[in-house]
Amino acid sequence: MIEERLTRASGSLDRPFLSVTDLSVAFPTEDGLVQAVDGVSLAVEKGRTLAIVGESGSGKSVTAQAIMGLVNKKAAKVSGEIWLDGQELVGLPQAEIQALMGSEIAMIFQDPMSSLHPFYRIGDQIVEAIRAHRSIGAAAARRETIEMLRRVGIPAVERRVDAYPHQLSGGMRQRVMIAMALINSPKLLIADEPTTALDVTVQAQILELISSLQQEFGTTVILITHDLGIVADVADDVAVMYGGRIVEVAPTGVLYARPEMPYTLGLLSSIPRMDRALLDRLEPIRGNPPSPIHLPKGCVFQPRCNYSDRVPGQACLTVRPDLLPSAPDHFVRCHLRVDEREQISRDTLRVLAGGAP
Amino acid sequence: MFLLLFLLSITVFFLFNLLPGDPARLTCGKACTPAIIEANRHRLGLDEPPLTQYVKFVSGIFVGRTFSPDSPEPIKCDAPCLGYSFNRHEQVMSLIARAAPVTFWLAIGAFLLWIFAGISLGILAALRRGRWPDRLIMGISMVGYSLPSFFIGLVLIFFVIIKWQFLPFPAYVSPFENPVQFFQTMLLPWIVLATLNAAFYMRLTRNQVLEVLGDDYVRTARAKGLPERVVVVKHALRAGLTPIVTAAGLDLAYLLGGAIISENIFSLPGLGSLAVGSITDSDLPLITGITMLTSTIIIVANLVVDLLYAVVDPRVRIS
Repeated sequence: MIEERLTRASGSLDRPFLSVTDLSVAFPTEDGLVQAVDGVSLAVEKGRTLAIVGESGSGKSVTAQAIMGLVNKKAAKVSGEIWLDGQELVGLPQAEIQALMGSEIAMIFQDPMSSLHPFYRIGDQIVEAIRAHRSIGAAAARRETIEMLRRVGIPAVERRVDAYPHQLSGGMRQRVMIAMALINSPKLLIADEPTTALDVTVQAQILELISSLQQEFGTTVILITHDLGIVADVADDVAVMYGGRIVEVAPTGVLYARPEMPYTLGLLSSIPRMDRALLDRLEPIRGNPPSPIHLPKGCVFQPRCNYSDRVPGQACLTVRPDLLPSAPDHFVRCHLRVDEREQISRDTLRVLAGGAP
Repeated sequence: MFLLLFLLSITVFFLFNLLPGDPARLTCGKACTPAIIEANRHRLGLDEPPLTQYVKFVSGIFVGRTFSPDSPEPIKCDAPCLGYSFNRHEQVMSLIARAAPVTFWLAIGAFLLWIFAGISLGILAALRRGRWPDRLIMGISMVGYSLPSFFIGLVLIFFVIIKWQFLPFPAYVSPFENPVQFFQTMLLPWIVLATLNAAFYMRLTRNQVLEVLGDDYVRTARAKGLPERVVVVKHALRAGLTPIVTAAGLDLAYLLGGAIISENIFSLPGLGSLAVGSITDSDLPLITGITMLTSTIIIVANLVVDLLYAVVDPRVRIS
């Protein structure tokens, strides 16, 4: 027991600020076990931004909610380890998770229209977040709230602080959510599709706001999105998720310059770009994501992959590929040989750039 | 709303007074001659054109009126005058005034009982969803919902009053006169009347609470690190129970118009019994009066509920 504690304590010294090891989340349902997250490992250093990219059902939001502690333990089985700043989060008693939520770890949700309580004034909702974790007076909490709302760019704060959510626009409400998330200076901020429900013009503003506040507060950020297009400017590293697993991780620049996993290539091909010829059709990824109840036995992406026949012995159908390094900080989960992957990647990128196939 | 009340008065008045059947014929017994009927018709003002009758009826509500003014004993009816019952030889208003408190107490008691039982059990079921308390409560709700109230009423009378003699036979007294007897009389009617609504409110509350517990703002509240109790009470219930205010207000208004079955089973002299009596006697002025009154209660309750909603939900604006 003591030994275990010692190794845990010493282990935290060289552990990254946030490290997730072999995280799995499964929901037992009447139709079978839904394996939402399947052996995810991640590491984020302090003050950096990791983007988790994937389509609906890839497990990115459940991963985020598991880190946050929002996954209902009665409904789901969570296994693996989540270390934040030297503290193991999986298996913490509910009271301790509550103490962390909203203070050490905070979250911004996808839809600001429905994420604020319609019956309470926005100022009061933020004050509530402050007083859930710190014993300070109502007047001081209100001053702090007004100050934070001003910092997230809400105009005429003295008036808006007493507004109800329905009196604000979507962008303003998301700013309120950001203010509420950052009010207790969390170490880790999880932004779950923070711009998906907003107008394109507002999206850039919100991402910029998150970045600038991150630098100001030194917050570590996990940005969940399905849009590779918004990741480039904000994230330091990108993890691509598919079928509950991470299929490729790399620093943002590397991932855009040399994507190797066919799924990542598919995502990049399906982004509309201004510099592409008008008549070019967008290249969608054929097929649908796998059912989380019946995941393919081998590679989860195999049914939709254009290149799986290049792997000898039908390994893609039968053997589950591991997440292996292709370069020191570039990990790919794919059976294709590295030189084949690089060739496919070069060809695809050349087509995207408008060259001949 | 005033337009609505005006239309209501027209509908109710003409509906009952222009029905086939001769009210004057009903005023005299077996030994009736056409001459007596005609005399009575004139005395009741029934020989005047319908429009004149209606104008007199409405003006009676506001300024009062006098019946058979040219007879030796004219009947004076002060405002608000809803008419005069010739069967009962009494003003409609005083008949209603005697019955209304009974119905009022019956409705209020049942209302408190069903709101308390329905909402608290509904919340409990929602929070224990899928486990035995939920199943048990939903089972109770199903049974309560399926049993007709006259059946529950008769079963309760048979066992509690006749067989086990826990309670004396019901005889209504005012709660200010004899509180003990009042409670003994009202307990069973309250239970009978509350059962159906409580069953309905359990279901309604459970569904409402389950729905809001899955809402995004409840997740936000959890993500703030609030204790579960605060999440449920301050965030989920505040939003989830608001629509129930509407339903409850209207249901109460409906009951205030008289609980016909419960009042009859327990022989309570309330508006429901009075209404049934007036219909069996073809007592037209009384039927008209009671219908006017109960419809007005429901219209006013609608307005009150709407106003109340604006207080509870900041998104609702009164323009």
